[in-house]
Amino acid sequence: MRRLILALILGLLLGFLFGYTASAVLAQGEEPPAPSDNEVNAIAKNLYCPVCENVPLDVCPTQACIQWRAQIGDLLAQGYSEQAIYDYFVAQYGDSVLASPPARGLNWLIYVVPPVAVLLGAVLLYRRMTIWRQAEELAAPQATTSDYNQRVEDELEARR
Amino acid sequence: MAAEKKNTGWVGRLLAWGLVIGLLAVVAVQLRASQQGVMSRGEAAPAFSFTTFDGVEYGPADFQGKVVLVNFWASWCEPCELEAADLQTAWELYEGRGDVLFIGLDYVDTQAEALAYLEEWGITYPNGPDLGTDIYRAFRARGVPETFVINQMGEITFVKIGPFISLEEITQAIDLLLEN
Repeated sequence: MRRLILALILGLLLGFLFGYTASAVLAQGEEPPAPSDNEVNAIAKNLYCPVCENVPLDVCPTQACIQWRAQIGDLLAQGYSEQAIYDYFVAQYGDSVLASPPARGLNWLIYVVPPVAVLLGAVLLYRRMTIWRQAEELAAPQATTSDYNQRVEDELEARR
Repeated sequence: MAAEKKNTGWVGRLLAWGLVIGLLAVVAVQLRASQQGVMSRGEAAPAFSFTTFDGVEYGPADFQGKVVLVNFWASWCEPCELEAADLQTAWELYEGRGDVLFIGLDYVDTQAEALAYLEEWGITYPNGPDLGTDIYRAFRARGVPETFVINQMGEITFVKIGPFISLEEITQAIDLLLEN
C-alpha cells in the first residue's frame, strides 16, 4: 500500500514536471505579444512626419502618420530597440523626423548658440554694471567734513 | 595698462560682431534656400541616384542623353492615384524606345504600403524610396504628386505640381523633347 502511494506521488511529480516543461517550451514557441499603443506612442511622440509639420507622430491623424505608427509597431515586434527605431526612421526619412535634431553640421548651432549667448550677455551685463557703478561713485559729491555740516546746520537753525 | 584694456575691448567687440554677422549669414542662407520654391524650367536638374524596391541601382549615367520623367509619389497620397494609371500607360508607350526613362520616387512612405500601391496600379517603371528625402529636397519639391521632365541635356523642361489630368498631358511634355 505504501509503495502504491509512493508510486502515485512520484507519478504526479513527474507528470507535473513534464507538463511544466512542455508548457514552457510552448510559451517559447509562441508569437511575442504585439506592442501596445502606449509602447508605440512612447516612441512616436519623439518623431515628426515631414508631411504634417509641427505635429508629433503620436497625435498626427493623417494616413501617412497612421502608416508610420504601424511601422513602429512592426519594428518593435521584430525586437528593434527604441534607438534602433529612431535610426531606421532617420535613414528612411532624414534628420527632420526627430523631435531633437542630432548635433551634426549646422545643427550644432542650436545647442551651442543659446548657452554662449546667455553667458556672453551675463558677462557684458556684469561689465556694464561695474562701469555704471564706478561712474556713479565718481559723480557723487565728495564727502563733506563734519565741520562743514555743522555750519550748514547752524545756518539753517538761525534762519528758522 | 589703459591702452591694453582698450585693445582687449576692441577684440571683444570684433568677436561679438563677427558672431552676430556670422549667425545672420547662416539664417539668411537657410531662409533663401527655403524660400526658393520648386525647381523651374531651364534649371539644370540635380544629379541623383537611387535604388529601386527590387534592388536595381540608377545613377546619372543611366539618365544621360535620355528624356527622364521623375515622379514623386506616396501610397498615402490620394491625388497620386488620379495619375497612376496614366503614368503607367505613358511608360508602356515609350518603354521600348530606350531614350525615355520614367522614375518613381516614393516620398515619406512605408515599404509594405508602397509595394501594395505599385501592385494595385500595375506600375512597372523603376520605382524606389527617396531615402532621407534627399532627392525630394534637391528638386525643391513641395508635396506629392510632383513631376519633373528632364531633357537630353539634363535640364528641367516641364514641372507638374499635382496630378496629371490626362495621358495627353504626359505625352505632350515628352513628345516635344523627342521631336527636337
